[in-house]
Amino acid sequence: MSEPVVAIVGAGPAGLRAAQVLAEAGLRPLLLDEGHRAGGQIYRRPPPGAERPEAELYGFEAGRARTLHDLADALAPRIAYRPGTMVWGIAERGPAGFDLDCLGPHGHDRLAVDRLVLATGAMDRTLPFPGWTLPGVFTLGAAQIALKAQGMAIGRRVALVGAGPLLPLVAHQYAQAGAEIVAVLDVTPLGAKLKAAPRLAASPATLAKGIWYTMAGALRGQPVRSGVRAVAVEGTARVEALAWEDSRGRRHRVPCDAVGASFGLRSEAQGADLAGCRFVFEPVTRQWQPARSPEGRASHPQVYLAGDGSGIGGADVAELQGERTALALLADLGRPRDAAREARLDRRLARQTGFRAALEAAYPYPHHLVDGIGDDEIVCRCEGITAGVLRRAATERDAREMNRLKALTRAGMGRCQGRVCGHAAAEILARTLTVPVEAVGRLRGQAPIKPIPLREPA
Amino acid sequence: MSGLFQRLAPRSGPAVPFTIDGVPAEARAGDLLIGAILLHRRALRRFEFGPGERAGYCLMGACQDCWVTLADGRRLRACTTLVEPGMAVVTGGVGE
Repeated sequence: MSEPVVAIVGAGPAGLRAAQVLAEAGLRPLLLDEGHRAGGQIYRRPPPGAERPEAELYGFEAGRARTLHDLADALAPRIAYRPGTMVWGIAERGPAGFDLDCLGPHGHDRLAVDRLVLATGAMDRTLPFPGWTLPGVFTLGAAQIALKAQGMAIGRRVALVGAGPLLPLVAHQYAQAGAEIVAVLDVTPLGAKLKAAPRLAASPATLAKGIWYTMAGALRGQPVRSGVRAVAVEGTARVEALAWEDSRGRRHRVPCDAVGASFGLRSEAQGADLAGCRFVFEPVTRQWQPARSPEGRASHPQVYLAGDGSGIGGADVAELQGERTALALLADLGRPRDAAREARLDRRLARQTGFRAALEAAYPYPHHLVDGIGDDEIVCRCEGITAGVLRRAATERDAREMNRLKALTRAGMGRCQGRVCGHAAAEILARTLTVPVEAVGRLRGQAPIKPIPLREPA
Repeated sequence: MSGLFQRLAPRSGPAVPFTIDGVPAEARAGDLLIGAILLHRRALRRFEFGPGERAGYCLMGACQDCWVTLADGRRLRACTTLVEPGMAVVTGGVGE
């Protein structure tokens, strides 16, 4: 019998650990990654020519980043690694297996694979606020990538807005690199964070880092202001200022030329959708994610899931899940099992679960803010569809579900396929209909999940 | 007019000459196209369904906000493309 073909999509912490386990077992997995260099976003490696010392790039995480990058380099000759390759289509083939449609540096091709490990990561979660489509407004992740991958700041006077542990981290990294930070605003009330603090103590290292970043900012005279409301970017053609209301109702305004803003993370799960995986609603982070067993099995018997693409857990959890799901895959292939190793991973993953729940409780997706989104505010930034259009589709045209809303309004039909607007649009639709957000469903993924240029690379 | 982005970490690598709307510009080896352009401009393209300009949003190849056009007809996602010598970016004069 010939060796089964296993493809891993995504070369971040989860995908790399899965590749390691499969390579150790004598398989030669395909590792398909959109990035030019393995490492994913959190341990993103700058392109050749833009390298900087790891301590500068990754701070406390420098050791972990180096370990993963070294692993990627060591694995490269033992696996079929394809950097710069986008998997834009996944179709079931015959009784078992998939055809993957890929676009890489050498053009298009279609790969037949038997099993699939999806480690596709996450992106920032967005909420519209006045001025958020002006040039100069980016996600917090974007602000961080500009710095890590390029050694650049997104502006000269930068304001940061968010809900999540990324906020004090990006503020710290920008200040360390010499950027001018004019405001750090957290839309989460301080109370929610304090309430979750005891449970966060289950992961003392992570908690300590968060406190350290926050304290370091405060000592530099740049405290994180909690519980802010009515955030608005002012400017006509470009970002000119950021305005907000503090927790006591006072208005503030600070001139700036760039803003980094996002509100947690959303799983990049369109590949799992195309592969036919069942999705479940995750109530804490209020998002639909592909169902995953504790060992990393999807509902589809040939699909395995690891990392933020199927549940927001962060980089450390992603590594553990990548290793664990690859062991499950090997077991399903009938390979000998290492029960002790499986049990050890299961224990470590179980410990992380409580911590993540506390973290999400500390920084909930601020869905209540959708009520403050004006009818003329753009929600779908690809197509320029406003909140008012979405609300009217609900009240006047009987849109009761996300795909109907998309068909009626084009929201989510643009280039990004609803990655950016999907969650906010669902919250707006649900509020308008006064139903729980899970009742309006989710946008179905469709190939190509990202735009494919008509003209291929030569 | 200065650009939106600001280079904080100096680069020692070779200069990469390219053009924005025919105007010669200089990047450094290792610059992504989005960084190369936004060091000189404050936007990348016009928004095609309404007023205003866009300068990218997520920088990780997800939001598709940063597609730019080259004079040879190629359309590129600026946040996942490295700048190359001789690229001729056509923005139609945005973000000047």
